[in-house]
Amino acid sequence: MEKFTRITATACPLPAENIDTDQILPARYLKLPRKGEHGKVLFQDLRFDAEGRERPDFPLNRAPWRDAKIIVGGRNFGGGSSREAAVYALFDYGIRCVIAPSFGDIFSQNAAKNGLLTAVVSEAESGALIAAVTHEPALLVSADLEAKTITCGELRYRFSIDPARQTRLLNGWDDIDVTESFRDQVSAFKAANLKRRPWTIPSRG
Amino acid sequence: MSTPLTLFDKLWSSHEIVQRDGESLLWVDRHYVHEGSFHAFSRLAERGAAVAEPALTFGVADHYVPTRGRGKPIPNPEIARMVSQLDKNAADQKITLFGLKDRRQGIVHVVGPELGLTLPGLLIVCGDSHTSTHGAFGAYAFGIGASEVAHVLMTQTLWQKKPKRMRITVDGKLSEGLGAKDIALAIIANIGADGASGHAIEFSGSAIRALSMEGRMTLCNMAIEAGGRCGIVAPDATTLDYLKGREFALTGAALDQAMQGWIELKSDAGAKFDREVSIDATAVAPFVTWGTSPEDALPIDASVPDPTRESNPERANYIRGAIDYMGLAPGKKLTDIAIDRVFIGSCTNARIEDLRAAAAILANRVSKVPGLVSPGSSSVKRQAEAEGLDRLFREAGLEWADSGCSMCVGINGDLVASGERCASTTNRNFRGRQGVGARTHIMSPAMVAAAAVSGHLADMRPLMARRN
Repeated sequence: MEKFTRITATACPLPAENIDTDQILPARYLKLPRKGEHGKVLFQDLRFDAEGRERPDFPLNRAPWRDAKIIVGGRNFGGGSSREAAVYALFDYGIRCVIAPSFGDIFSQNAAKNGLLTAVVSEAESGALIAAVTHEPALLVSADLEAKTITCGELRYRFSIDPARQTRLLNGWDDIDVTESFRDQVSAFKAANLKRRPWTIPSRG
Repeated sequence: MSTPLTLFDKLWSSHEIVQRDGESLLWVDRHYVHEGSFHAFSRLAERGAAVAEPALTFGVADHYVPTRGRGKPIPNPEIARMVSQLDKNAADQKITLFGLKDRRQGIVHVVGPELGLTLPGLLIVCGDSHTSTHGAFGAYAFGIGASEVAHVLMTQTLWQKKPKRMRITVDGKLSEGLGAKDIALAIIANIGADGASGHAIEFSGSAIRALSMEGRMTLCNMAIEAGGRCGIVAPDATTLDYLKGREFALTGAALDQAMQGWIELKSDAGAKFDREVSIDATAVAPFVTWGTSPEDALPIDASVPDPTRESNPERANYIRGAIDYMGLAPGKKLTDIAIDRVFIGSCTNARIEDLRAAAAILANRVSKVPGLVSPGSSSVKRQAEAEGLDRLFREAGLEWADSGCSMCVGINGDLVASGERCASTTNRNFRGRQGVGARTHIMSPAMVAAAAVSGHLADMRPLMARRN
């Protein structure tokens, strides 16, 4: 997994609340294999009309936001379906950081396993960031994961993230390698569990 | 005396292997996989790894399966490939599969419980957000993404941060004909679609105890729509009765031993919750959604909100956008909203009790719009047919189909056309959820049936009263 330490980039404002994972990646694209091409269908039905033409009013279709690596979103970004492909779509498009007042839990978890930072700020702070980049689109936003800070012009905020997600992103770890280092503890738990809770093993009644 | 614990604390500690960096490595008792789990199987193949515990892993074909024309080859090659890929992955990894041709096939969150695979005290995961459903049995059950599915396949464990504890107490008696869906929508309207974010929800109170297992599953299913990590109901006599005689049911000494543990599965008196919410069941009305998030739910006698009366500008913008997408006008009475079709199905509301509730309204009436009924499982379908419910749906003019996720997510091809308005027993009224441009109103099965026979959103209570 790609490491994340800090980023300074154009930030696209998406102020709407409840941008769920169905909107980030519509279900009809769930069949796509992982080939780094999910970015093409990111926000498909928000970015394009039924004929596949760009919707000019969608911020990501406008310069300089088209090349944004950061999104500043509204409350409950990424709620809904557990589809990890929503994270693939953001990542493959080039997005490395989403800043919002709240996220879907499963979405945030998936993001941390794929090198995408989900930074939680207050509603007032995300509102101020959205106002700043809307007013001056070329304004760069910085996110520093070690310091847990967001800066944008005069604005400077601390964001929150679970410590384990922070560590995972900073190191680019694959969880499976980490878990392998606890192999003995897992084996011991399994053996003890079998004695303690044998009924948890399914067998036809 | 030791510190009083919540039910969730007990479930958590019985699965904790080690702690590290604020997270715990948890043992997984059951892992359900479906066609959509293909990313994780690919990850396994890349590493040349095998499934660590195939005996604890069960596959169900549900997301892509056709609901019509079963027995014939699947006409769409891409969909056929999704279904056959699961067959192959399950066979290669020696996982028990309830595939398309199995008489136990159905939606994973209906099948797991009805086979007795879902039990109190288990930790259950699946690559589907509605895995919260299984919490109805007093299990810790939650949805995970593809990376986590791969991790569970390879290790039978998962790293998790312990969520905060939230108790939602629902006391009092529901009005006749109302059900778990109305409670769920009342809760989500109250706390918001992210209201339980970062929390494990325990549902308690007399109205919850009075719910059947089907109702508890509907409620826990919708816990994710409140942003909850999981929803749990403490097991009781209703739970134990449901489990008896199931295919994988425990018997004899195994059951006795399990029961000793299950008796402890409740929150101790004085246990501390990070957040408490109370809902008065007697005040719950039949709820429907008007907008594009489950939090946009209102009692059926209300009207579409007016954004000019909203003080929060972001919220006002959201309301404007939702009204525009839904093709509505501020102040329009909900009962004046005409519908184009209905859907009765999904892991939320397609169990036998749900079909009975809808059929009771539809009996000897005709639906004014077309509609599809997809039972929650093949077993539910057989039971409904034995009870003659299929005849009531057909005579009302609705299509009686086979079981799968169907029109809840539309990836098997069961779609709502762009601009069409659907009254649906499903869990998500998101933009485009049932198809590009589709407009979804979610509600209980009885309310969908009432909308069908009325041609518009309608209160089902007068339709029930006329029967008495």
